[in-house]
Amino acid sequence: MASDPINQVTGKGVYVPGDDIDTDRIIPARFMKCITFDGLGEYLFYDVRKTEEGEDKKHNLNDPRFSEASIIVSGNNFGCGSSREHAPQSIMRAGYNAVVAGSFAEIFYGNSTNLGVVCVTATDVDREVLAKAIEMNPELDITINVKDHKIWFGDQYITCDMRPGARDSLLKGTFDPLDELHASADSVTETASKLTYMGV
Amino acid sequence: MGQSLFEKVWDAHAVRELSNGQTQLLIGTHLIHEVTSPQAFGMLRDKGLPVKYPHRTFATVDHIVPTNETAEPYSDALAQGMIEELRKNCLENNVKFFDTNTGKQGIVHIVGPEQGITQPGTTIACGDSHTSTHGAFGAIAFGIGTSQVRDVLATQTIALNELKVRRINVDGELPPGVYAKDVILHIIRQLGTQGGTGFAYEYAGSTFENFTMEERMTVCNMSIEGGARAGYVNPDETTFEYLKGRPYSPQGAAWDAAVENWKSFASDPDCKYDDIVNIDAADIEPTVTWGITPGQGVGINENIPAVADGKTQSERDSIDEALEHMKFEGGSAIKGKKIDVAFLGSCTNGRLSDLKEVAKYIEGRKVAEGVKAIVVPGSQVVSQIAKELGLDKIYQDAGFEWRAAGCSMCLAMNPDKLIGDQLCASSSNRNFKGRQGSPTGRTMLMSPLMVAAAAVTGEVSDAREVFGVSATVSA
Repeated sequence: MASDPINQVTGKGVYVPGDDIDTDRIIPARFMKCITFDGLGEYLFYDVRKTEEGEDKKHNLNDPRFSEASIIVSGNNFGCGSSREHAPQSIMRAGYNAVVAGSFAEIFYGNSTNLGVVCVTATDVDREVLAKAIEMNPELDITINVKDHKIWFGDQYITCDMRPGARDSLLKGTFDPLDELHASADSVTETASKLTYMGV
Repeated sequence: MGQSLFEKVWDAHAVRELSNGQTQLLIGTHLIHEVTSPQAFGMLRDKGLPVKYPHRTFATVDHIVPTNETAEPYSDALAQGMIEELRKNCLENNVKFFDTNTGKQGIVHIVGPEQGITQPGTTIACGDSHTSTHGAFGAIAFGIGTSQVRDVLATQTIALNELKVRRINVDGELPPGVYAKDVILHIIRQLGTQGGTGFAYEYAGSTFENFTMEERMTVCNMSIEGGARAGYVNPDETTFEYLKGRPYSPQGAAWDAAVENWKSFASDPDCKYDDIVNIDAADIEPTVTWGITPGQGVGINENIPAVADGKTQSERDSIDEALEHMKFEGGSAIKGKKIDVAFLGSCTNGRLSDLKEVAKYIEGRKVAEGVKAIVVPGSQVVSQIAKELGLDKIYQDAGFEWRAAGCSMCLAMNPDKLIGDQLCASSSNRNFKGRQGSPTGRTMLMSPLMVAAAAVTGEVSDAREVFGVSATVSA
C-alpha cells in the first residue's frame, strides 16, 4: 500500500498560538466515543473554537480570513498528552495536511507521519515571522519543501527540520509502514521464537 | 561496555532496519481497550488481514464504562456500542477479553500487572499513552496510535526510532507524607513536560529500590507527562515477588528459568547513559499542580508563580494562560484554594495500596460540606480486595462515593465529569484544559493522601498537618 511520495505541501496558513497544545485540546475526549474516525474533523479544537453554549469564540480558527487554511502554525510541544490518533485524524479530516511547530510530542509526531500529515519544526523567531506574514496576508501561499528543509512564503523562506525517518518515509511514500512490516513476516516469527514468553 | 535494560530489550526484539532507518520492533505483549482499537480492527477487516498472534493480545474495557451503573445497556448508547464492538472484535479474532462480567475488568494498566501479563524483559504496546506504567517491571512499554494498533495486530511489530536513555537517580528516604506521586510530579517540574522527548527514563537509586511495585508503577505511569515515551525500573526481587503466583506468570520449573532470564535484562553496572540526573528524596515535598500542564507544580508550602516569574516570553505566556484558566492569582499561596470535587482513582493512583494508605487516615473523618468526593478502584480485583478489607465502608462513612472500576473522571469519557469551572483535587495524571469533561473545569494533580486532605478540609491542604502524618504513623 505504498502511497504517493510527499515532496512538498502547499496551502494557506492559520496561526494557533500557544505552547503545550495537548491532544485533549486538539480533540476533547468526549468526541472519541466512536468506532470509526469519520466525522472527527468537525470537532477539531472544539473547546478552543466554541464557548460552553456552542457559540463561536474569537479565534483565528473561526476567522473567515483563514477558512481556507490547510497548514497549522503553532507553538512548542505540540500534540503533548495522549496517544490518541484521533488528534491527527481530526486535523487531517478538518482539511489540514501540515503542522509547523517549535517542537512536537513524540507519539503525536509518529501518528501524524503515519497518516502523511507533515510535521516540521522551526525556531520561535522564524515561526513568528511566518505567523506575522499570514496575519498580514491570509491568502499567502505557503510551501513546505520536505526535501530541502525550507518553508517558502511569498519571496522569503525560513528553514525547518523534521526527523530523518519521517522525512525519508514521506519522500518515499512509505509513511504508512504496514506493507513493509508485513513483508518480513518470517523474520518476525524467527525473532518471536527466540523469546520464551511469546509461546510461538 | 555493558548495556542498559533498554538496549537489551530493544536488541532482543529488533526484527530488522526499515527503509527509512527506523527499527521494526517485535511487540511481545499487546493490550487493547475500547477507544483506540475498533478502528484498527476495522482496518484489518478492510484489508482482509488476520491477527498474527491472537494469544499475545489482551483486552479490557475502561475509558467509557460508567462507574455508577453496571447494568447494560448503559444509558449512553455510544458507550454501549463501543463495549459491544470490542466484544465482537475479541470474539471474532480469538482475543482474551477481561470483560465486565469476569471479575477482572479494570483500567488496562492495572489489569496487565495484576494478571501477571506484564513481565520483565518484554516489549508492551497499547493504544494509550500511560502504557509507560508497565515499565515498572523492567519492560519497555510504549503508548501507540490506532494505526500502530493495526500494525501490532497484523504483524506483531511496529516501526520505531530507538530512544536515548536518561537515568534518573532518586536517593534517600522520602519524608513522611511524601509519596511516589510527588516524586514524579517533582521530576516533571524539574525536567519539564518536553524534557523527556527522545528519551526512555530509567528510574533508579535507593528510593526506587525501596519502592513497592505499585509505587514504581505510579512513577512510570507519568513518564509520558514528562515527554518520555517510556520509563522503567530495573527488575529485582521486589518485581519477582509481586509476579509470583499471578494467573499469567510462569509456573513451576518455568518460573525459576523465567526469573533467571528476567535478571539478565537489568542494566549492567558499567553501561553508558545518554544523560544522568540526580535527585535527593529529602528535597521532595507534597507537590500540587496549579496550572494546565503536569509540569506546572509547586510544593504545598510554596506560592503559585506570577507571570513575571517566567524566564522567557513563552514561559510568561504559559503562566498567564494557566492562571487565567485556573482563575488563580499569580503569587498567591497554593494552600487554601477551595475545591469542589475530590477524585481518588485512575491508572496513576487507583491501586490497592493507594486506597489502603488513604483509608488509614480517612477513617473517622468527614468530607467537607459542599465537596463531592468519589473513590474509583482501578479494577474489579482491587475493588473486591478493598471490600474484603472493609475499605469501601471506611470511605462511605467518611462521605466518599464508592464506585465501580474504570477510568472515571481522569478523562471523562463516561458520566463522571466536572461541571462548569469546578475545581478538582485529583489523583490522576493530566490537568489539561477540559481534561475532566468540562471545558472550563479545573484540575489540580496531587497524591491520593493530598486529595483526601483537600476532601476533608474543602481546600488544598498539607496532608501532613491535616492527618498528623509522622514517621511512626506512615511506617
